[in-house]
Amino acid sequence: MTQLPPPSAKKLGLVIDLDTCVGCHACVVSCKGWNTENYGAPLSDQDAYGANPSGTFLNRVHSYEVQPDQGEAQLIHFPKSCLHCEDAPCVTVCPTGASYKRAEDGIVLVNESDCIGCGLCAWACPYGARELDAKEGVMKKCTLCVDRIYNENLPEEDRQPACVRTCPAGARHFGDLGDVDSDVSKLVADRGGFDLMPEQGTRPVNKYLPPRPKDEMPEFDVLAPYLEPIASDGKGFVGWLDKALSSLPGGAK
Amino acid sequence: MHPASSVIIFNTFSGLGFGLLFWLGMGALVPTGMGAFIWFTIAYILAVGGLIASTFHLGHPERAIKAFSQWKTSWLSREGICAVFALITMALYGAGLVFAEARIPLIGIIGGIASLGVVFTTSMIYAQMKTVPRWRHWTTPAMYLLLSIGGGALLSGQVWIATVLLIVGAALQVFSWASGDTRFKASGTNMETATGLGHIGKVRAFEPPHTGTNYLMREFIHQVGRKHADQLRIITIGLAFVLPVILLIAIEVSSLSHALAIPALLSHVAGVLALRWLFFAQAEHVVGLYYGKR
Repeated sequence: MTQLPPPSAKKLGLVIDLDTCVGCHACVVSCKGWNTENYGAPLSDQDAYGANPSGTFLNRVHSYEVQPDQGEAQLIHFPKSCLHCEDAPCVTVCPTGASYKRAEDGIVLVNESDCIGCGLCAWACPYGARELDAKEGVMKKCTLCVDRIYNENLPEEDRQPACVRTCPAGARHFGDLGDVDSDVSKLVADRGGFDLMPEQGTRPVNKYLPPRPKDEMPEFDVLAPYLEPIASDGKGFVGWLDKALSSLPGGAK
Repeated sequence: MHPASSVIIFNTFSGLGFGLLFWLGMGALVPTGMGAFIWFTIAYILAVGGLIASTFHLGHPERAIKAFSQWKTSWLSREGICAVFALITMALYGAGLVFAEARIPLIGIIGGIASLGVVFTTSMIYAQMKTVPRWRHWTTPAMYLLLSIGGGALLSGQVWIATVLLIVGAALQVFSWASGDTRFKASGTNMETATGLGHIGKVRAFEPPHTGTNYLMREFIHQVGRKHADQLRIITIGLAFVLPVILLIAIEVSSLSHALAIPALLSHVAGVLALRWLFFAQAEHVVGLYYGKR
C-alpha cells in the first residue's frame, strides 16, 4: 500500500560524513556490484563501452566547490542515495502500491513486480534517489541493502550496506536513527548532522555531517617577512633587489 | 522536465475529448441518432486515444490495471478510476441518445462532471509536485479545466461560450506564466539547501558524479524550452487563443460560414500542443540543483 505506515520506532539509515569523504567512488562501485546481482532486476548500462555511456546507479558521488566570504574555497565530495524519508513523497504518489515504506524499520522499497514504470515517484523525489532502469522498465532505488543487513548467511561484519562496508575512509555509518542512544544518533548529535532540503518537508532519515572548519595555519617562519615576494613598500631584501634590477639598463620600472 | 510526446498528446487530446463529453453530458447540445453517434465517436477517439497514448511512456503498460488500486493517496490512480467511470457513464448516456433517441439528464450530468473530474485529477498529478515549484499552484488545475471546457465548447460549435472561455484562458495563461517564473526562487530550495553547505559559503557544482548523462538528467533537466520561452509563449497565445477568438468573432458578427470554425479549432489544437510542450519544457525540477543545472 502506498499509504505511509505510522512512524516506526526503528529508523534504519545512513550518516554520511562530508568531512571524511575523499570522493573515491568506492561506495558507488560496491553498491552497483552488490545490487546488480541481488535484490530485484539488475542495474543495466547502455552503451557502456561506447561514446555515450549511461546506466542505472543507486548511489552517486557529486563534488562541490564551496566559496566562503573570506578565505580559500573548499572542495566537498558529496555521496547521495535514497534518504529513506519519514514523509516519503515517492511512496504516496505511486498508483499501484509498488512503492512502499516498511512499517518495521522504515526502509523505502519498490516491489518491482507491481511497478508499471510510470516514473512519478522519481518526479516526486527532490533528491534524485530513484532511477528508472532503461532495460527493465522498473524503478530502481537504494534498498539499504535489505538483503545484507538481515542476512544470517553473511558473517556479522558484512551485515551492513555494501557502501558502508566498503568505504575506505570511514565516511559512511549505518544504524538506527530512531534510537537516540545508537552510535549513529550520537554522531549526529555531536557533529550537528543535518537534513538535505529540509524545506521540502520530507523528513529524511539519513543525515549528513558537515565538514569541520578549516584550521588557520599560524605564521612560524622567521625568514618569511624578509622574503615577501611583492616588494611594493620597497623594504627588505626583495625591495632592494627590485630597485637594483630596475636601475639596470632595460630593467622593468 | 522532459517533454514526453506521449504525455503531451494525452494532455492535449484527452483534455479536448473530455471537454466535449462535458458539454454533451450537460446537454449543451443534444444530438440524437446518427448525429449523436458521430459526436460521441469524436469525443471517444480524442479522450481514449489520448489515454492510450499516455500508456506509451510506461515501462510496463501490461500491468496498468494495478494502477486503479491506490486511490487513497495517488492522483494518478484517481485519474484512472475517474476516467473509467466517466467513459462508462457517458457511454450509457450516449447509447440512450443514439439508439433510443432518449436523453436521461441525470446520467449525462454525472458523466459530464466525471469528465471534468478526469481533467482535474490529471492536473493534480502535476500540481501536487513540491519538487516542481512552477506547477505547484492553483493555476495548474484552473488552466487544465479552462482549456478542456474551452476546447470542448469550440469543438461543439458553441461560439460565444468558446469565445469567452478562450479570452479568460489567455488571461489566466499569461498570469500563470508570469507568476510561475518567480516560483522556483520563492520555493526557497537552492544549491545551499540541497547540499546543506550554505553555512560555509556559496556552493558551485565542481564535478558531476559521472562523465556521461543519466536518467535523472534526461528526465528532469531540459533547457531548450527556457531558451526560447518568450517566442514560444507568443506563438502559443497567438495560436491557442487570439486567432481562434478572431475567427469566432468573425463568424458571429459577419454571419460568415461556420466552416471558419475548422481553422479556429486547428489553430487552437496547435497552440495547446505548444502550450503543453512549454508546460513541461519550462518546468524546473529541484533535483537539477545537484547537477548545478535547472
